[in-house]
Amino acid sequence: MNYEAVIGLEVHVQIKTHSKIFTRVGAGFGHEANTLTDPVVLALPGTLPVMNKAALDAVIKAGLLLGCDIAPVCKWDRKQYFYPDSPKNYQISQYDQPICLGGWVEIELPGAARNVMGEHKRIALTRIHLEEDVGKLNHHSTDSLVDYNRAGTPLMEIVSEPVMHTADEAYAYLTSIRNSMIYGGISDCDMEKGQLRCDANISIRPIGETKLGTKVELKNLNSFSYVRDGIAHEIKRQLAVVAAGGTLVQETRDYDGVAGTSQSLRSKEMAHDYRYFPDPDLMPVHVDEAWKEELRRACPELPFDKQRRLISEYQIPYTISSVLIPDRELSDFFEATAQLAGLGRAQTIGNWIVNDLLRELGAAKVPLSASKISPVNLAALIQLLDAGALLNAAAKEVFTTMFATGEAPATIVARLGLAAAPTDAGELEVWCRESIAANAKALAEFKSGKDSAINAFKGSIMKASKGKANPKLVDETLRRILAEEYN
Amino acid sequence: MSAPLHFQSIAELSAKISAGQLSAVELTQSIIARTKAVEPRVHAFNSFDDADALAQAAASDARRKAGQSAGSLDGIPVGLKDVIAVAGQPLTASSKMLATFVSPYDATVTQKLQRAGAVLHGRLNCDEFAMGSSTENSAFGPTSNPWDLTRTPGGSSGGSAAALAAGAAVATLGSDTGGSIRQPAAFCGLVGLKPTYGLISRYGLIAYASSLDQIGPLARTVEDAAIMLGAIAGHDPKDSTSFKSPIPDYRMELKTRRGPWKLGIPKEYFGAGLDSEVGAAVEKAIAFYRSKGCEIREVSLPHTQYCLDTYYIIATAEASSNLARYDGIRYGHRTSAAKDLLDVYQKSRAEGFGDEVKRRIILGTYVLSSGYYDAYYLRAQKVRTLIRQDFLNAYREVDALITPTSPISAFKIGEKSADPLAMYLCDIYTIGVNLAGLPALSLPCGFTQSGLPIGLQLIGQPFREADLLATAYAYEQAHGWNTQFPSL
Repeated sequence: MNYEAVIGLEVHVQIKTHSKIFTRVGAGFGHEANTLTDPVVLALPGTLPVMNKAALDAVIKAGLLLGCDIAPVCKWDRKQYFYPDSPKNYQISQYDQPICLGGWVEIELPGAARNVMGEHKRIALTRIHLEEDVGKLNHHSTDSLVDYNRAGTPLMEIVSEPVMHTADEAYAYLTSIRNSMIYGGISDCDMEKGQLRCDANISIRPIGETKLGTKVELKNLNSFSYVRDGIAHEIKRQLAVVAAGGTLVQETRDYDGVAGTSQSLRSKEMAHDYRYFPDPDLMPVHVDEAWKEELRRACPELPFDKQRRLISEYQIPYTISSVLIPDRELSDFFEATAQLAGLGRAQTIGNWIVNDLLRELGAAKVPLSASKISPVNLAALIQLLDAGALLNAAAKEVFTTMFATGEAPATIVARLGLAAAPTDAGELEVWCRESIAANAKALAEFKSGKDSAINAFKGSIMKASKGKANPKLVDETLRRILAEEYN
Repeated sequence: MSAPLHFQSIAELSAKISAGQLSAVELTQSIIARTKAVEPRVHAFNSFDDADALAQAAASDARRKAGQSAGSLDGIPVGLKDVIAVAGQPLTASSKMLATFVSPYDATVTQKLQRAGAVLHGRLNCDEFAMGSSTENSAFGPTSNPWDLTRTPGGSSGGSAAALAAGAAVATLGSDTGGSIRQPAAFCGLVGLKPTYGLISRYGLIAYASSLDQIGPLARTVEDAAIMLGAIAGHDPKDSTSFKSPIPDYRMELKTRRGPWKLGIPKEYFGAGLDSEVGAAVEKAIAFYRSKGCEIREVSLPHTQYCLDTYYIIATAEASSNLARYDGIRYGHRTSAAKDLLDVYQKSRAEGFGDEVKRRIILGTYVLSSGYYDAYYLRAQKVRTLIRQDFLNAYREVDALITPTSPISAFKIGEKSADPLAMYLCDIYTIGVNLAGLPALSLPCGFTQSGLPIGLQLIGQPFREADLLATAYAYEQAHGWNTQFPSL
């Protein structure tokens, strides 16, 4: 029998707000343990939560970006379980009235080759809800310490329908969510910092069957490759169990990305009874049209929409677009530069960004926003090249300097004496005549109408000028001499 | 011939203070002395910080000297139930769980009282986590009723009532989840006001049942209750359930709102179980209002019979969740006998909580459990809506309701502690008000033959405390039950 896998993902995205979700103390990563706390975070007796509107704004914006319906009324529930990372021993979450319903995530599957766009699909969402993050336990040999800095960080949970069938789809889904959330300014989605987390519900069923099989929840998928590898491993494991005549049990399994194995955490019988009930400390939230409209106006173009537009408007190859798009800043940088230098130069600009800019950024280990490069300077560099005032080899040097100092390319060219030369017309005339005289074959071809034969003369002129001859002037001079003297 | 200083009202004392006849330090010293004299017999306090109280009093006197008095509460000693946070002071909820806990922050009502210049003194005993009707469920021992030391002062704000009745405070704050201000006020011959849900910030009040809890004053007179309410009422951005509405000058409104009112007698509140002496006193009060031209009408609150069940589902469900934070991890009692994490939880909580608290946590956990939620919690919420609707229907016909506060007067210590259900029945006339979120007030309306105070309950309309207080004031002015004091 042939089986297919069915995958649903629960993706947690930490929302980037200044303060925590229910109190004013700051939210952040990498601070000294338990410094981002206050009486509310620590759940001291008598404290109460108060909703942070910025967190609500962010989740509504996320919902709008992903085509969800925004519920006119949503409410808060307590999810109850005892664990030291949860200061109240309940987590404020949304149970049966989440803020966003439905929606979808557009994904792109791997193409036939690196330079070929893959198939696009829509993965349906069930819901998005808002909740609070918990603290972090650090286990030592004889005890465990709790750090509540993370507790109370706004967290949204994006739940997909069980409609994915391969690890590649899940990987593409997670990538697309990350890109969209970064574009929306909602989260930085750094998995290493726990800003993006993913649990997968995986089952298999005979192809043609519509009922879902026994599901396994896979946890601890804490990198993009662990998501792909973990899911692939789990599908294989389930197929093997069934192939061996075994029965799958509903359970939660922990994936070990380093070993590439998983082990059972708890079975269905051990599942928590969370005793959800509406949180009496918080009022339901009413979202009206005006609020939604305000956020809709703040929604950026989605990454895939932008990619389609860049390809059609700027005629850049898919390969370049797929490097630019995941990074909103980088793609904005591209567009700004292309607007300055002219749409016709878009591919050149794309090449400069994809090859040179990314290399420099990587070497300097700085994000684009912190670097000194600007669209104005890159556009100016390309214009110098086009004007023949600069040669390619020199341009690379100008770029590197420009990246390091932020100076305008013209300034650098002048300072370093990199301008294309010679400007001595007499010397150029001599080189041109010598070159024509020495290339009888090219001359014959040119005369017979093959215009590209002129390049043969240019090659030897460049050699003679040690690469400094202005290509534009060379071309003009050659054509004048050929027209006047060899016609 | 006026009463001794420690039995005088805020109105009287603040008049003397502003006339320069009395200093805040003198008054505070007198209250401290009185406290030391009566406390061994009454046990109204969990702790008391003389030096801190005197320092606050001295600051009050300094303000007055500088012409910066904050008003009628400036320099007045006010005691707080030990569930309301004061920075730097113990906050125990009368529980072993929090026996050594000191609050690092102030409740909003604490800050408001401080701004009004009140001298905050003493942490007042109560039933553990405000769960109870007699103050016998305190981990630190029961409080006695100053009118009869063998009897309870009621609960859960029994310390707040007993301290005030004994002259160990000029006014106090309690909290009322099912009658915990009004019933002790009735048992101790005081005025006790449970404000509309949302009028007073709950920030800094240890939560028992969040959708029912409300802080309110206990005072000697209706006017004092109005002064206290004015100081603590108002919207608080730290409490999402606090209401945004203008706060009238309750004290001034007492004299400007003069009725006559249409008063409703809910027939369900005068049935079996009502003590005859209590019933007679309430009937007399009703007759008084009728004689003053008020229209008295019988009304029905048909869902009253479900109040107790509804209350014990909702209150315990919320309590089971609210008390989950007391786990021995971050603060509070932690067992010394734990082998693993589960042990830390189970033993810390088994050792830290008393029987009644455990009973309610277990009950609340049960009603929220998977498979039982719809039958209990969800249904209780629906009934709660019907109960509230009963009251709102009645208010189409009448301005306020008159009932007994408690079916009985103060009972003996130990009399009901072995029978939780009998204890729960003490709240039969008060819990509907909490379920409906309404304001209600208890005021003295006489004494039993054995000399125990009897309380009259007036139930008002949402956010119309000014009318409620004025209705009570009219009765109080014509009677003066509050000029009698226990002989201690």
